Amino acid sequence: MKHVEFRTAASAQGGLVVMDGVPGVAAGSRVQLRDHAGRLRSGLVIRSADDAVLVEVFEGTDELDLERTWVRFLDEPFRLPLSRDILGRVFNGAGLPRDGRPPIVSADRRDINGEPLNPAARAYPREFIQTGISAIDGMNSLTRGQKLPIFSGSGLPHNRVAAQIVRQARLLGEASAEFVVVFAAFGASHADARFFQESFEESGVLNKVVMFLNLADEPVIERLLTPRAALTAAEYLAFDLDYHVLVVMTDMTAYAEALREVAVLRGDVPARKGYPGYLYSDLAEIYERAGRIKNRRGSITMIPVLSMPSDDITHPIPDLTGYITEGQIVLGRELANQGVYPPVTVLPSLSRLMKDGIGKNFTREDHPHVASQLFASYARALEVRGLAAIIGAEELSDTDRRALDFAEAFERRFIGQGEDEDRSIHETLNLAWDLLSMLPPESLIRVTEEELAKYHRGAA
Amino acid sequence: MGKILEINGPLVKLELPQTLIGEQVRVGRMGLVGEVIGRDGDTALAQLYEDTAGLRPGEAAEGLGWPLSVELGPGLLGAIFDGVQRPLHAVRAHSGDRIARGVSVPALSREARWRFVPEAQAGRTLAGGDVLGTVQETASIRHRILVPPLLRGELLELAPEGDYTVDETIGRVKLADGRIEKLALFHRWPVRTPRPFRERDHAVAPLITGQRILDTFYPLLKGGKAAIPGPFGAGKTMLQQQIARWCNAEIVVYVGCGERGNELTDVLEFMPQLTDPHTGRPLMERTLLVANTSNMPVVAREASVYVGITLAEYFRDQGYDVVMVADSTSRWAEALREVSGRLGQMPVEEGYPAYLGSRLAAFYERAGRVETLAGDHGSVTLIGAVSPPGGDFSEPVTSHTKEIIQTFWALSKELADARHYPAVDWLESFSGYVKSAAKWWTEEVDPQWERARAAALDLLAASEELQRIVNLVGVEALSSEQRWTLESASLLKEGLLQQAATDEIDSFASPQKQFALLAALLEIHRQGLKLVKRGVPARRLIELPLLAQARRWKSQHGSDDIEALKAKIAKIPQAFEPLLEEYVTESEGG
Ligand SMILES: Nc1ncnc2c1ncn2[C@@H]1O[C@H](COP(=O)(O)OP(=O)(O)O)[C@@H](O)[C@H]1O
Ligand SMILES: [Mg+2]
Repeated sequence: MKHVEFRTAASAQGGLVVMDGVPGVAAGSRVQLRDHAGRLRSGLVIRSADDAVLVEVFEGTDELDLERTWVRFLDEPFRLPLSRDILGRVFNGAGLPRDGRPPIVSADRRDINGEPLNPAARAYPREFIQTGISAIDGMNSLTRGQKLPIFSGSGLPHNRVAAQIVRQARLLGEASAEFVVVFAAFGASHADARFFQESFEESGVLNKVVMFLNLADEPVIERLLTPRAALTAAEYLAFDLDYHVLVVMTDMTAYAEALREVAVLRGDVPARKGYPGYLYSDLAEIYERAGRIKNRRGSITMIPVLSMPSDDITHPIPDLTGYITEGQIVLGRELANQGVYPPVTVLPSLSRLMKDGIGKNFTREDHPHVASQLFASYARALEVRGLAAIIGAEELSDTDRRALDFAEAFERRFIGQGEDEDRSIHETLNLAWDLLSMLPPESLIRVTEEELAKYHRGAA
Repeated sequence: MGKILEINGPLVKLELPQTLIGEQVRVGRMGLVGEVIGRDGDTALAQLYEDTAGLRPGEAAEGLGWPLSVELGPGLLGAIFDGVQRPLHAVRAHSGDRIARGVSVPALSREARWRFVPEAQAGRTLAGGDVLGTVQETASIRHRILVPPLLRGELLELAPEGDYTVDETIGRVKLADGRIEKLALFHRWPVRTPRPFRERDHAVAPLITGQRILDTFYPLLKGGKAAIPGPFGAGKTMLQQQIARWCNAEIVVYVGCGERGNELTDVLEFMPQLTDPHTGRPLMERTLLVANTSNMPVVAREASVYVGITLAEYFRDQGYDVVMVADSTSRWAEALREVSGRLGQMPVEEGYPAYLGSRLAAFYERAGRVETLAGDHGSVTLIGAVSPPGGDFSEPVTSHTKEIIQTFWALSKELADARHYPAVDWLESFSGYVKSAAKWWTEEVDPQWERARAAALDLLAASEELQRIVNLVGVEALSSEQRWTLESASLLKEGLLQQAATDEIDSFASPQKQFALLAALLEIHRQGLKLVKRGVPARRLIELPLLAQARRWKSQHGSDDIEALKAKIAKIPQAFEPLLEEYVTESEGG
């Protein structure tokens, strides 16, 4: 069947073509369509019966003349050829070269859908990654093998933050980043793609990067393949070649929108905001490919970027993402408008794996308590700030005024830092104590008395 | 033998006469398993538990003749199963780190031998649920080998004490119609059918979880039903893990339903290292896991909670107190929604079918304390996490669940954002079991329990009111007494309600510690109130070092160190003395 072409398309509508009289076609297999002008389109079998086969066409069915279209069933799922040579290469969303260089030739061609990892085979991520960014390292630490997205909004500097993480990420005690990077962009603008490309170039890591690009003006449905192709490459690098892989994907919102488009074509029942009920499971298939495996050296650490529609964290895309990923770094417009970079809004940010990768044997013994204290003190200070807005700062008690000063300094000096500033975790923690020392020691109950005595500048 | 007619996502249409709805089928060259969900003449519609990619029309299909069932017998404890009870450690040994399709490995090892000690007498008439004998499965758990529930007849013979595999014949029963039935160490039971018991029994003892906000304020009883709703990151999973770690149940069934793979890995890694505070044995010996993580096929997700509850009922039937935590029931409901969507059923709210509420209710109904068929007492306590989209508690799964359960531990995003854990909202939460729990606390811990609990809740509610005023006009508008109320409430929140799972000393608090701490903080409030009433400004009281110290007591005194805590209570009045002298004696003297 592999090399036979058919011309039996019965009808086409939206992005779907129905083929008659092609028995025994495997579900989920790839399809190639050649239209009257000889141009190729690709598709996927989404329903198969002996009398009718339903094919989803990625490039759409516009201007498809059924009488003169040939269809070939490739009898296999989408596969990505893999070898060491993928490093330094740029592919399109479906895994074909877009850098003008020859295709990867390899007998090792893997189904991009992957297979679910057995939870009994996972190894729990525990190794602290220093990103050099205080708001992340100090309060929302990243560990190797974690999936930690950046929740952002249009116009916020998520690309710059992601690029800074890629540049600076390293394990403690190691001189330089030993990561290879898999970068996937879907629905991204050419400018965004160029920004990352240049950033990789500048830091001289281009030969350790694999890129999968499906840009804003390229086929929408190909976006459904892009993260899967990228993660197939990442799994190969991590679990076959022992690399520690950092996967940056942008923008998950564009991905989810593509999924919605297809769902509408298929007539699936919508759940919230028109997104299909299976958006959760579909996103999970992608995000859960991050992690570590017992007895394997490599790892996949994932930093997906997503822009929250109207800055709304309860929108289904950030909401479902937050339910799957191991935390989130939330960027905020308010801080950005005040010129704070990186504008990390710490309270809704979270790293779920932080508790297992910091402290005595990992970073510093006071780290867990300091982080908790910063959250508590800053949350309290924000309440005071709200109060001051109503009753005026003059009416505040002395303690409250100190809290206000703390909030201000915390945002400027702790959260705020340079785009090239690479702070060690010790610098971050010492800075935290500088700020906490602005507050009376007896108000700091999340840290121990010993820690106070050791680090608080005002404690006698 | 039948064949595949059509493949459409996880649904396959089969030419397969004479199957029943719910029957298991095996289809295609890969031998994928699924269940029949619809019939039309000679065609059956089945949903498969695994990805259908690669299946072709024309491949073979067969009905297996039974509904989705689990194997019940020795070897369950400490294991991790997938949503249709495939043993994940054995699956890994068989197919590697990733779960290959079509793997068929029996849930219970056919090689392991168990020492069986017979108890039943040959010649006697046995009924379902009766105990044939026992297997000491782990040091703390004696596995009672039960007669399968629907069986009844004369025990012709029973094997002597010895080592047997689960499928060896250990006995024979003659049924009323003369047929002979063989017995083994295990039997099967269909997961969607509740296991029978003699009668429901009133739940009496509270489930102690060691978490103050739960045990002291919103108690749950053994055999009760509870829900933990909360937006992502609010602490549902941590709270369930805390319960799985510390609660005083004898068996814990942990169901990861549509959640993260690493969370199960976490449980698999820490449980063997922790000891059960009640028996001193490794916690893994009393725990079993069922996992359908979010990246595993959705169809098996719907089944996973039924697999979990059936395992729980099986241990209940042996006379144990069992806790089942399900994280998250929302993912199960969503799986239900997908099935109903595929069947073309009319959605009523947010795509959910009309029977969502009744399915949820029927599921929670399987919790309870019962008198077993053998006349023992056992219980299943059911604790379900709920993951409302956008944290909106008015959505269908949360609102239906709220109607069904008795204990509602509502998690708040605001508390979690400020890292106040457990982020259980003390105003939104409720428990219908306070009266029954009070009886136990009064008898076992302190007669003042009910009053102290109420006083603390009053204080918290009052402070909420006052806080509203402060937010409008500032703290200066409050009287000294009101400011002291605010301060005392804050002391309760920080010194009592907040309880970090990561705090080695405070992660678990015994009922005695819970009460001692509550009593201590209330005593501080009372002493201060006395002074305020006699004219001491609240400002001065708030400056007392005692208030900062008392906030640390929870982390300084473990459950084995209550005496030191009590000694501190005795010294509370002393801390107020300087102020008493400064103000009261002065004004009274002068
Ligand atoms: N009781 C607790 N003690 C300490 N930390 C907690 C507690 N509950 C939650 N956390 C913190 O919050 C994070 C998210 O909690 P989790 O239970 O995973 O949330 P959810 O399941 O509601 O999404 C955890 O990783 C942990 O850092
Ligand atoms: Mg959770």
